[in-house]
Amino acid sequence: MLSEQVQAKTDRELKKYPADQKQSAVMAALRFVQDEKGWISSDDMADVAAYLGMPKMAVYEVATFYHMYNLKPMGKNTLTVCTNLSCTLCGAHDVLEHLEHKLGVGLNEVTADGKFGIREGECMGACVAAPLLTVNNKRICSHLTSEKIDQLLAELDKQ
Amino acid sequence: MINIEIDGQAVAVENGRTVMDAAHEIGKYIPHFCYHKKLSIAASCRMCLVQVEKAPKPLPACATPVVEGMKVHTHSEYAVKAQQGVMEFLLINHPLDCPICDQGGECMLQDVAMGYGGVGTRFTEAKHQVLGKPLGALISAEEMSRCIHCTRCVRFGQEVAGVMELGMANRGEFSAIMTFVQSSVDSELSGNMIDLCPVGALTSKPFRYTARSWELSRRKSVSPHDSLGSNLTVQVKNGRVARVTPLENEAVNECWISDRDRFSYEGLNSAERLTKPMLKQDGKWIEVEWQAALEYVANALRQIGNGAGAEHIGALATGTSTAEELYLLQKLVRGLGSENVDFRLRQADFSADGKRAGAPWLGMEVAEIGKADRLLLVGSFLRKDHPLLAHRVRDAVKKGGQLNVVHSADDDLLVDVANKAIVAPSDLRAVLTQILAALAESKQAMLSNDVQAAVAGVVPSAEARSIAGSLASGSNVAVLLGNFAAQHPEAAQLQRLAQEIAALTSAKFGFLGESANSVGGYLVNAVPGVGGLNAAAMLDQPRKAYLLLNVEAELDTANSQQAVAAMKAADLVVAMSAYKHGAVDYADVLLPIAPFTETSGTFVSTEGRVQSFKGAVKPLGEARPAWKVLRVLGNLLDVAGFDYDSSEAVRADALPENVAPALNNKLDGVAVSATANVAAGLQRVPDVPIYATDSIVRRAPSLQQTRDAATPTVAMNAAELAKLGAGCGDSVKVSQGQGSATLVAKADDTLPAGVVRVAAGHPATAALGAMFGTISVERA
Repeated sequence: MLSEQVQAKTDRELKKYPADQKQSAVMAALRFVQDEKGWISSDDMADVAAYLGMPKMAVYEVATFYHMYNLKPMGKNTLTVCTNLSCTLCGAHDVLEHLEHKLGVGLNEVTADGKFGIREGECMGACVAAPLLTVNNKRICSHLTSEKIDQLLAELDKQ
Repeated sequence: MINIEIDGQAVAVENGRTVMDAAHEIGKYIPHFCYHKKLSIAASCRMCLVQVEKAPKPLPACATPVVEGMKVHTHSEYAVKAQQGVMEFLLINHPLDCPICDQGGECMLQDVAMGYGGVGTRFTEAKHQVLGKPLGALISAEEMSRCIHCTRCVRFGQEVAGVMELGMANRGEFSAIMTFVQSSVDSELSGNMIDLCPVGALTSKPFRYTARSWELSRRKSVSPHDSLGSNLTVQVKNGRVARVTPLENEAVNECWISDRDRFSYEGLNSAERLTKPMLKQDGKWIEVEWQAALEYVANALRQIGNGAGAEHIGALATGTSTAEELYLLQKLVRGLGSENVDFRLRQADFSADGKRAGAPWLGMEVAEIGKADRLLLVGSFLRKDHPLLAHRVRDAVKKGGQLNVVHSADDDLLVDVANKAIVAPSDLRAVLTQILAALAESKQAMLSNDVQAAVAGVVPSAEARSIAGSLASGSNVAVLLGNFAAQHPEAAQLQRLAQEIAALTSAKFGFLGESANSVGGYLVNAVPGVGGLNAAAMLDQPRKAYLLLNVEAELDTANSQQAVAAMKAADLVVAMSAYKHGAVDYADVLLPIAPFTETSGTFVSTEGRVQSFKGAVKPLGEARPAWKVLRVLGNLLDVAGFDYDSSEAVRADALPENVAPALNNKLDGVAVSATANVAAGLQRVPDVPIYATDSIVRRAPSLQQTRDAATPTVAMNAAELAKLGAGCGDSVKVSQGQGSATLVAKADDTLPAGVVRVAAGHPATAALGAMFGTISVERA
């Protein structure tokens, strides 16, 4: 069962679409689940499918197609580093290396305390700010340097 | 009409059609993979790129609508270059493993690569690997690296099977066809995905690596498993049926067949096949020659006829027998002086006998179901009983039709149901009466005498009113009675009510039909005449001798307990069967007869379509076609008119040239009762599981491994179950009469109160009694 909050948010989303096209809200519903739990399990996908009256497999297709959905626990703070062309030219791989070194985990891994996870991301449409990463897909941290990354980690660590 | 030109050839097609349609119109081939005439357009493979004059780039023929004056080139240098380019891309990740691929020799990719592929590849990087997926017992998806992402299988699930079990997960080069978290593909139409797959990604699990397509000879046949009469191609290697695929017939099965039709062939090669005539002597079975067995049967029948009297001989056949077999069986029994012959073994109500205007049938053409705008489905496990008719119903609903359901179980039909009344079996009549009352009220119509008393003073429920409203608003209405309604103890009254409802809504009405010859059996008169006993009466008043044709008494009858008791008490039981089955316990003679692939014969489908077929292979061992066995028996017993030398000659006697005038669902003189049924205790709701319908299917190992073939449960709604102090998953004992079965309980809140759903036709429940009747349940 989806939590009440997720249901309420999804209901609000559903008002944007015709009543017979409930599946239009699938991306939003998955986002709400991830906001709540940090990731989307296959049980959650089945719940979303039941709630929107669509096949489970169709939800699974969406959840696996879009990169921003976490299909396994990715820590309290998922740091997604863009590795597309602009960011790579501006040193995205140095950013990754620094993160991995600092946190002691590799790509798609989570620190032992569950605070941080590192993912690779696709272009965020903000190449002017390269290299960059996002925190939980909500906050863009731009023009990254080693110092800025350390600062960010320290700040997130305190939360 | 839009006029276009393809490769210089003029063609006119309707507005809205595509270049691909136009090309097909003039028999022009455009290479393609994802395009399929029965599925929606995906335009994902790009193989059908063609040159269109004035278009700035090659266009996919399958997704390009025709425009007046369009000039298309399918084989110009420009088009071929585009097609070759696509082919090169498709082969980048496709393994070049044709010699070990099961699809080799009948592979679209292989064929098209021959025509449009290069001799080498410019791609030297590593090929992408995709892991195999477990999809269940029927479809093998071991080599998913071969998939070219045409999504035909996905679209088939969504659009035809009605359930999206396969999907394309992930993105870009990682995209792969799979099911939701490794679940199996459970659709009863899933096997069609094997045919649809243009490459060797989805292959038939039972057939894999047993034959190459060029080693197979193909014979036309007709499915014996349901009343639709799906057309089959039986493919034979070394005198054995190696596989079965659909034979396209737009009016019947389109280009699909159900998994039951497709995979049942495994049962034909079962180790349980009876291959020698056998006699029981001093409690022991011995193999004998045909001559000895038949003489024994003839003598025994003669003795009983002369002693106790011919009325002590009864003949029972299943509706899966051919029309020729049923005809000769009734002729033999009647020749002996008995009227006791019947093929309606699961039927409980025979009060319509003698009052019918003709043979009960579908009442319409199969294709008309898909065109109905209002449907009333009474008492049918539609998906499992008639997988392809369910597809026709889904089609009707997809086109805007409304489906109304009256039944005792609420199984998911994979379609939107507009209104439904799910009630206990004893209340089915009441619901139909209410619907009729609501219709009569709104239409101010006079009802016929048979139903007037029943309708008087009836206050329709809200559901009945909405169903009536739905039916009244249609212009092309179909009322369909399912197997459950035909097997119901008030079947005749249900039929009478349906007839009246149909009359008020100008609807066509009829029976979906239980088995391949549900209509044929009537046409060849394999039903008791005046003074004869019907299937139920023959078991209720045990006979001294029984002739069984394809019958497994413990599985094929309405009351298995009673049937087995009658068989055990009889002096002579002659089982004509393709298999050694439960009859070894009660029969005296086992005569090996040929199943449908080994004999010629005729099935008359539920829409009255007479379809004859020839044997695809020779009978196994000493098995013989049943019509020949019956002919010899007729001769040995000196019954006149048994000198047929071919099944065609039998058919000429058995069936009229034109059967249409003999089909009529009209029933007069069956009064619908005005008193309500009072249910005492829990009522049994029986379904015959899809893979338990007949003796061939029961012995098809792959089908028996599917979810649909799981051991039956005892399903009740949670409140009823709680009353027994049992929960979901507990073991419970169900009993009827002397027999009982211990099964697992299942909570199913879609079932009405007061009913217990226990399947029939399955060995696990064979000890139970009447399919419809009271049943007691206790914790085991």
